[in-house]
Formats: sequence, C-alpha cells, structure tokens
Amino acid sequence: MTDAVADLPADTGASRKAGQFLYGASVVLLCAWVIVPLYFLLLNTLSSPEEVNSFPKSFLPHFDLGSLTFFANFQGILRALWNSVLVAAMTMVMSIVIGAPAGYALSRFEFRGKEAFRLLILLTRAFPLPLLALPLAVLFIRTGLDDTAFGLALVHTTLAIPFAVLITFSLFSGIPIELEEAAWTLGCTRFTAFTKVVLPLILPGITASAIFAFVISWNEVFAAAVLTIENRTLPAFLLQTLGEAPLHLKFAGGFILVVPALIFIFAVRKYLFAMWGIANR
Amino acid sequence: MAEIQIKNIAKNFGSYQALHDINLTIADQEFMVLLGASGCGKSTLLRIIAGLETATTGEVWIGGRRVDHLSPKDRGISMVFQNYAVFPHLTVFENIGFGLRMQKLPDDEVTRRVERTAGLMHIDQLLKRYSGELSGGQRQRVAVARALAMEPDVILMDEPLSNLDALLRLEMRAELKGVLADSKTTAIYVTHDQVEAMSLADRISVMHQGRIVQAATPIEVYRNPAAEFVAGFIGNPPMNFLPATPSGDGKWQVAGQVLDGPTSRSAPLQFAVRPEDIRPADSGLTATAKVVEPLGAHLLVTCEVEGTMFRAVLDSDLTVHVGDQLTLAPQPDRIRWFDPETTLAVA
Ligand SMILES: Nc1ncnc2c1ncn2[C@@H]1O[C@H](COP(=O)(O)OP(=O)(O)OP(=O)(O)O)[C@@H](O)[C@H]1O
Ligand SMILES: [Mg+2]
Repeated sequence: MTDAVADLPADTGASRKAGQFLYGASVVLLCAWVIVPLYFLLLNTLSSPEEVNSFPKSFLPHFDLGSLTFFANFQGILRALWNSVLVAAMTMVMSIVIGAPAGYALSRFEFRGKEAFRLLILLTRAFPLPLLALPLAVLFIRTGLDDTAFGLALVHTTLAIPFAVLITFSLFSGIPIELEEAAWTLGCTRFTAFTKVVLPLILPGITASAIFAFVISWNEVFAAAVLTIENRTLPAFLLQTLGEAPLHLKFAGGFILVVPALIFIFAVRKYLFAMWGIANR
Repeated sequence: MAEIQIKNIAKNFGSYQALHDINLTIADQEFMVLLGASGCGKSTLLRIIAGLETATTGEVWIGGRRVDHLSPKDRGISMVFQNYAVFPHLTVFENIGFGLRMQKLPDDEVTRRVERTAGLMHIDQLLKRYSGELSGGQRQRVAVARALAMEPDVILMDEPLSNLDALLRLEMRAELKGVLADSKTTAIYVTHDQVEAMSLADRISVMHQGRIVQAATPIEVYRNPAAEFVAGFIGNPPMNFLPATPSGDGKWQVAGQVLDGPTSRSAPLQFAVRPEDIRPADSGLTATAKVVEPLGAHLLVTCEVEGTMFRAVLDSDLTVHVGDQLTLAPQPDRIRWFDPETTLAVA
C-alpha cells in the first residue's frame, strides 16, 4: 500500500531529520495530552485530602488509599456498580444480536439504498440525546420501562448499534465470500455455513465489538440520569452524589470510572484501527 | 452416472449480458475444459452449474435431474476455488473431512476417506496443520482433496492452478489429470491457459464474449478451428491469416500465389495456416524476415507478406537473417479458410 513512498527519490538528509524531529515531537505532545491528565487523576486519587488541595504537588503518589476505601464502603455504590454491569451486559448482547446481522447484510448483499443505509446508521449518532430525553421519559413511564435496567439498556443499545454494525461489517468483509461458497458446495446451508465457518473466524472481532458496546453503556450518563431513579448506574450515581462532595472524592470517583474504559481500549486497540479504516473510506 | 446438460442458459448482470444462450452437453466422466480470455463468462457459467449464481434463463441438468432450482449442496457437485478457500480455523484433516461431517458420516468412515484422499494428493503428512502453515501448492492439494473426499458426481474447478508458480503448475496438472481419471467423476475445469486446456481436456469449450464458439477435442480445436477467433486464440504463436480472392474453379489468389481452396464460394475469404505448417520451398509465398527468434527446438521467424504479419516456425538448422527474402509454402492439407463476414470456417 504505502510501499510506493520508498520509491521516491531520497530526501536530503537535513530535511529528513527535521521531518523526523517534527514527527517525534508531535507524538510526544499527543501522548502527553492524554497521559498527563490521567496521571494527575491517579496522583490525586492516591493522595490524602490535604495533599489534593495543597500546592505545589509532589510527582510521586503516596499511596494513600483513603479515598478509594471511602468509596468501597459508600452506601449504594455496590448496587450502582451492579446496575452498570447489568445494563452494559444487556446492551452488549442486544447490540450484537441486532448489529451483527446488519453488518453481515451490508457486507454480503447488494440492495437498493445500501449506501443511504450506511449513512443513516451513522446519523443516529448525530441525534442529540437531550432532545430525545423528555419524549423518551414519557414513553418509558407509559410503558413501564422507566427506572428499569432493561429500559436503559434499550437506549444504550441504540447508541452502541452504529458501532456494532460498522465493526461487524468490516469483520465480515474481511472474510472471503469463497469460504462461505466452499461451505455451501460441501453441504452447508447459508445458516450452517455461517455458524461453522464465518462465526468461528470473526468471534475475536465480535468479542471486541461487544466490549465496545459494553463501554459505551458503561460511560453513558445522561440517559441513565434521566431515565432511572432507584436503579442508577455508576456514572449517574456518582454524578448525583459527588455534585457536592469534596475534591479528593471527586478525583477518586473519576478514577473508578476511567479505569475500566482504559483497560478496554488497550485490550481492543487492534479492532479500533480496523473500524477507523472504514470511517476513512 | 452424471451427464451434465446445459440448456439455453443466459445470464444478465443488470443491463450487461454475460452469457448468451449457452447449450452444452458434457458426457459422464468426461473432462471438459472451459477456455477463453478474461471476462468471457467462464466463471459465471461454472458458478451457474454449481448453484452459486442463478441463471437469468435456461436449465441445468445433472445426472438426468433438473438442478437449477436446487441449492449447491443438493446438486451432487463439489468445487475447487481459484484462491483455494481452505478454512483457516480448521486443520487439514478437518478441512478434507468438512463435507463428510456435514453428511453426518460415522467417524471411522470420515477418517478412512480423509486418509485415502490425502494419500492421493500426497498430503498425508500435513493432516494436523492449519492452512496458515501450508504453502500455496499444499493448500491447493488440500482444496482438491476436500472436493474429492465428497466423492461427488461432478467436480468443478475454477482456475485451480493459476496461483501456483510455473513449475508447480506443470506438476499439479499431470497429477490432477491422473487423480481425476481414476476417480471417474465428470469434471469441468475453467482456465484461460490454452496449454493447460490442451493437456487436460477430453473436450475443450472455447468461449468468447459469453458464447461457446467451439466445443471439440483438443486436437480438433487445434486443427480445425470453427471460427477465426478460435484460430487466433489457440496455438502459440496463433494461426496466420491472409486475404484471399477467388479466381474461379476452386482456385484462390493469396499474396500473388494461386492455391486450391473451397469450390463453393465466390466472395473473398480469409486464408489461414499454422506457423508450424509452413516449409521453405522453391515456390510459395514471398516473405521478408523481420524478426528472427531461435527458440532452441525451432526457429521462430516473424515475416511480412504483402504488408501482413506472418509467422513461421522453421527448422532450427536453417540460418535466416533479418531482411532475408524467404519463399514459404503452406502444407496443402493444413490450410483452412474462413468467411470474413461470419468469421466461421468454410469447408
Ligand atoms: N456479480 C457481477 N456483477 C456484474 N457483472 C459481473 C458480475 N460477475 C461477473 N460479471 C461480468 O460478467 C463477465 C464475465 O465474468 P466472468 O467472471 O464469468 O469472467 P471469466 O471468464 O471468469 O474471466 P476471468 O478469466 O477473468 O476469471 C465480466 O465482464 C464481468 O465483468
Ligand atoms: Mg473467472
């Protein structure tokens, strides 16, 4: 793909060095942009309340676990954590069950309005949730879905589906159609060819896409705050209870929220690149 | 017993017609090669027979049964793909046994058949490997073994050797021919390589722009091309053509020479002869040598006859220099005539 670059006549040494420096500097800057705030978050989480409010700061944490222990014993936090996991798990399952067939159809079949359909999927993300919140709340109250994990999972699923469709579309497109055709000639129906050949091959990617849906739900706070009262998820719970809390507890709360997302991004970075590949097309 | 009958098959992709009214009968256990240039519709026809593509009109019969409404798995066929399509998540053993497991055969029967076909294709050492651990040639063997293990009535192959290097292709070609002859399956083999076609086929169907131009034995296709296209496509180098004008009584004027030809025609024809059916002689066509290529076994001389390119494969003992005037005589019984209007052969 990019091999052609190597064929270009060689640059002069000086300008190449300058280019390399610029490249290196940009990388360092970008990394710092992401890492420095995260580091301060960690630092403040592991500091005592006095240290959080003091200045100047030391650059090494003192491993004061006071704030974290406080959270571990906080009333309702375990319930909120459980709700978060429950909603995220339902979101994960539903977005894959609905999104993967759509991704398969997009990659394998020609149909009228295919491009428009792809665009529409992305456009669902352009609709601001605050605009939908009130009608949704009314609808949920009428149908009895308000303040339930399932109701919230439905909303989160609509948020996660565009990604599920696009990621699985890219996964399915990466599987040569000949593999399926070979399976058909060897005695498979469309369905058994899918379960015996395609599914095993895309399972790692499906897993990644599922975890992605999980994290989208995990991080979502607006719908969670509007549509639930008793059954709050962790972000909504923290938002509610930490509004008036001291600074050191806010830091600790933020840290608790960020860590799962970070672990996830690290685990699935390969598939994220694949997804961006589509977005550029 | 699996005779294949293709009746009035046509295929449209949108407004583009890829196949025009194809009729072809392939006898039981026959090895039929579909030969033609890229884009002429070979794969489309093969995929229609396999059931991977639906014909716009027409019927496909296999073994006396109409199959065009059946899905691929119910047609008694198996197929070898150009890019092998070996399942990457299964071992070689499970790949070869895949179709047998789908038929729910008992384990010992699966093992017996897998081992037998793996032995035929000389891959018995590789049964535990995954396709990522195989060379292209080995993958090809797995793909063929997988198709053979099904013991199908019909085996369909779409350019199965085209991804292999030249030497391996030669080796696999001979091996395929032997294995398929022993298996007594009817075979349809798609290729654009005429040497492959000539060496493998019982019969060749030459395709051109979505039509079958000629279906005959390799030697017939070579000796008696049914149309100018076939004459210019088969043979390397292909046939020479020169315009011929009638001078009455079955005599034809070709580049200043008078030759015997068809008696039934009075309009101008195309004279054609293979480069290897030309000898230097005392009287014949006057040619000027333009390019001389010693090929070891032969001497390939590209000449000009009255402004038309004309190739001759001559004895390598001859010495010919560029610019030499040659007198070349076509072997009378190897001369063919074509009607320039219809491009078809004239007897
Ligand atoms: N799915 C499709 N949609 C539209 N046109 C197609 C489709 N499949 C094939 N065609 C067209 O039909 C014609 C025949 O294609 P086919 O694949 O049968 O050619 P081929 O003889 O196998 O060529 P090659 O030797 O390159 O494989 C081509 O012009 C091709 O562009
Ligand atoms: Mg083809």
